[in-house]
Amino acid sequence: MTFVDWISAPVNWVFTIIGLVVIFSGFRVVTSRNIVHAALYLVGALGGTAGLFLMLSAEFVAWVLVLVYIGAVIVLFLFGIMITRAPTGLDESLNSDHKALPALLASGFFLMMSWASIDAFGTQVIDSTGEPVPTEIIGESLFGRFVIPFEVVSFVLLAALIGGITLARRDLSPAEEEERSAV
Amino acid sequence: MLLSQFLVLAAALFAFGIYGLLVRRNIVLILLSVELMLNAVNINLIAFESIWVSPEAIGQIFAIFVITVAAAEVGIGLAIVLMIFRNRKSANVDDLNLMRW
Repeated sequence: MTFVDWISAPVNWVFTIIGLVVIFSGFRVVTSRNIVHAALYLVGALGGTAGLFLMLSAEFVAWVLVLVYIGAVIVLFLFGIMITRAPTGLDESLNSDHKALPALLASGFFLMMSWASIDAFGTQVIDSTGEPVPTEIIGESLFGRFVIPFEVVSFVLLAALIGGITLARRDLSPAEEEERSAV
Repeated sequence: MLLSQFLVLAAALFAFGIYGLLVRRNIVLILLSVELMLNAVNINLIAFESIWVSPEAIGQIFAIFVITVAAAEVGIGLAIVLMIFRNRKSANVDDLNLMRW
């Protein structure tokens, strides 16, 4: 398949646009000098990923991603940024000074993985009709074959909930404790 | 649509995640980079699912599990960051040198 064949399919235009958005946002997440902007660029990367999931007929996962990540996790991150009183303006000290080795490592990983992907699946075509997988199938699978992992994951979430409360709770000093009991 | 175009995009996102993990100093930003990497893995799972379609949509189920675990990880991670900030008045990993000499 030549590049002209590839680009002449409208679905690949959509992929190119979404891909550029995802790449740019991902790049800005790790290079932005403003910590709030970095968190907001993650919204762009995740929103683009949700678009890719819709293209790959994974409608349920796409909306789960939007709800859980963009709706909840990003808000949690912004809370974390505000609570730790990080400098919200431009900040030169967000990045370490040693950038060459990480850049080399990351680009080496990228080249290795993309070479492996193209070598293994170079001409494999996804003949997806764009028809979303019915949520019914996911639900039946989740409560059928995968019911034990599902329960384990729910236990993990419960443990995370209790652990988060325990960690973030501030223990009162003896003086404050005294004050509480007096009231 | 080729399968490899999705895989290459996911590899690029994962590489950005590695770079951010190593270069960033603020703990919250390191957690953001980890989210980027988990997201790249999700793209791979969904892309493979759409090419080897399974009757039980296994790839999508796994992506949902990854999202769930990532949400738990962020909750615990930010609670730990809060703890560190309370004790050290800083969210900078360079200040956390208690475990090395």
